[in-house]
Amino acid sequence: MSSTTQNYIDLYAAHRNRMMEVAPQALNARRDEAMDNFSRMGLPTQSAEQYRYIDADRAFSGTYRLSLPTSRLMAEDAPVAVNNSQLLDKYYATCADADDPIVALNTAFATECLCVHVGKDINTGKPLEINDVLNGDTSLMEHKRILIVLDEGASLTMLMHYVSTDRQQFLTTQVVEVFVADGARLDIYEIEETHTACTRFSNIYFHIGSHATVRHNNIVLWGGITRNTLAATLCGEQSEVTLNGCVMADKRQQVDINTLIRHEVPRCTSHELYKFVVDEQATGAFAGKVYVAPDAQQTESDEVNQNICISPDAHMYAQPMLEIYADDVKCSHGSTVGRLDESALFYLRQRGIPLQQARQLLIQAFISQVVDYIPLEPLRQRLHAMVADRLSGELDQCVGCGLCQPRVQADGCNSSKP
Amino acid sequence: MLEIRNLHARVEGKEILKGVDLTIRDGEIHALMGTNGAGKSTLSNVIVGHPKYEVTEGSITFDGRDLLKMSPEERSHAGIFMSFQLPVEIPGVSMTNFMRAAVNARREALGQEPLKSTDFLRLMRETQKTVGIDRHLVSRSVNEGFSGGEKKRNEIFQMAMLRPTFCILDETDSGLDVDALRVVAEGFNKLRNEKTSAMVITHYQRLLDYIQPDIVHVLLDGRIVKTAGPELACEIEERGFDWIRP
Repeated sequence: MSSTTQNYIDLYAAHRNRMMEVAPQALNARRDEAMDNFSRMGLPTQSAEQYRYIDADRAFSGTYRLSLPTSRLMAEDAPVAVNNSQLLDKYYATCADADDPIVALNTAFATECLCVHVGKDINTGKPLEINDVLNGDTSLMEHKRILIVLDEGASLTMLMHYVSTDRQQFLTTQVVEVFVADGARLDIYEIEETHTACTRFSNIYFHIGSHATVRHNNIVLWGGITRNTLAATLCGEQSEVTLNGCVMADKRQQVDINTLIRHEVPRCTSHELYKFVVDEQATGAFAGKVYVAPDAQQTESDEVNQNICISPDAHMYAQPMLEIYADDVKCSHGSTVGRLDESALFYLRQRGIPLQQARQLLIQAFISQVVDYIPLEPLRQRLHAMVADRLSGELDQCVGCGLCQPRVQADGCNSSKP
Repeated sequence: MLEIRNLHARVEGKEILKGVDLTIRDGEIHALMGTNGAGKSTLSNVIVGHPKYEVTEGSITFDGRDLLKMSPEERSHAGIFMSFQLPVEIPGVSMTNFMRAAVNARREALGQEPLKSTDFLRLMRETQKTVGIDRHLVSRSVNEGFSGGEKKRNEIFQMAMLRPTFCILDETDSGLDVDALRVVAEGFNKLRNEKTSAMVITHYQRLLDYIQPDIVHVLLDGRIVKTAGPELACEIEERGFDWIRP
């Protein structure tokens, strides 16, 4: 066992009683078992297939003070509650992979759960915005937990925005469990713009019923070490899941995205489009697996991963995978790693556009394809602007939400750029 | 005025230009003809500063400035424009953003304020009418899905937006039918004034029927081997290049 793993076991022993006092029963009921699991597995090393592109043990090795998150709701009528016990009893820790060490660690340390629930046939209309703000005057560790439940025919658009307001070292784990019932629709956007001393491990699990639509879009603008694990299981026929994402990484950023789409039943569709731009000494990794079960006939799946390495010191690892056990399917996957198109770059310069700006235009064009898939016009515009600001170096923390005080907010996505 | 002296250049280690001398004064149109591989495109790429081409000897000055010390964008700001033989498609970059960046970069280099958005859009609209390019093309990504003729017309549109003083038309006639060729050539003629100079690279007399050169050069094996008046182009049309070879 590594000394880092041992540190977390010790930390648990020291804080167990306090956590048991403040947390709801549904979370406490899973706590000891999760810690046992974690102790058995330890932090993943790079010999674990799922974690081969990121040194998790090292990422978790800093000295952090354990902080127990407290969420605040800013809108009474939003479909959000902290620790909704009915929901927790039914869904908590039923969808996340208990054999993932990060999930085990998170389940052992989670003390509250943000619960989003949209009832049968309800369309929430206004997008729900969750702002996750890291702040503090010392190095902090937080373990966050979110549960999203859409009943039959429900419809929800939500934006999850991860920012930091202080330049401390932060370590975050987050586990999101999402249940999308038959005929429901979920559009979910995650935007990370923390800073280079932040380490963030996020795991999101989707359980999808029949005739349902799920679109997830993951935009990583800033961070230090980012690991996003996504797993979507298609459990009902005629459903469609889309996992898209774009990553801009420079300095010594590490961004590792690991996806798994499981087609368990016939006649579902899945799409993936991930684009990375890695510059300077940054490292990007994408591993995407699509699994098609023996009975999942007439599955359609496409997976595209395109990457650009700008500097010779930047690294990109790409691993698209298909595992098909049915014989009547249409599946494709592909991955490219390249550089900026030199002839396009020269064309722009010949027209007088300075080299740096020409590069930005081309990178933005490359990335914007992912943003263009966002159906909500104001959000799409806002994200295009954020990407442009990121590339021009103007953005080094939060733009666009006007957020400047520590709070977690559940509010409409109607804030505008200052 | 563009002055090229004893220019030697190579690409990927291979020497292509072997001592080119050429002077183009303000207001003059020079045609550059020659066989495939003679060095015509190399010469134009060297003038605009393409990083793939390496100058090993000689000099180029433009209005008295040492061109070889300037970046491609600085050369553009100085008034040099190349209409590309094969204009690149740039998906995701809109014509509007592209032209706004180009026009404002040039203005900044000249010490002028960037154009206000409304003024810029008016300039786009007016130029689009002058050149006779379809306004739908102007609202798309740069050259994306354009036909050969549309791409060449777009080059002339960009020329009109940037108002260069020295233009290189690199095989503008390649891939164009006669009608498209006439439109493009007329566009160019409309834009020139008494100070505009140009170097027109072509294999054929055809383009020169529309853009009449003052001087015709023949470039063979990296050197200018013959220089004469417009009648030389007609002679080449009839007799080919073999009779000129030294």
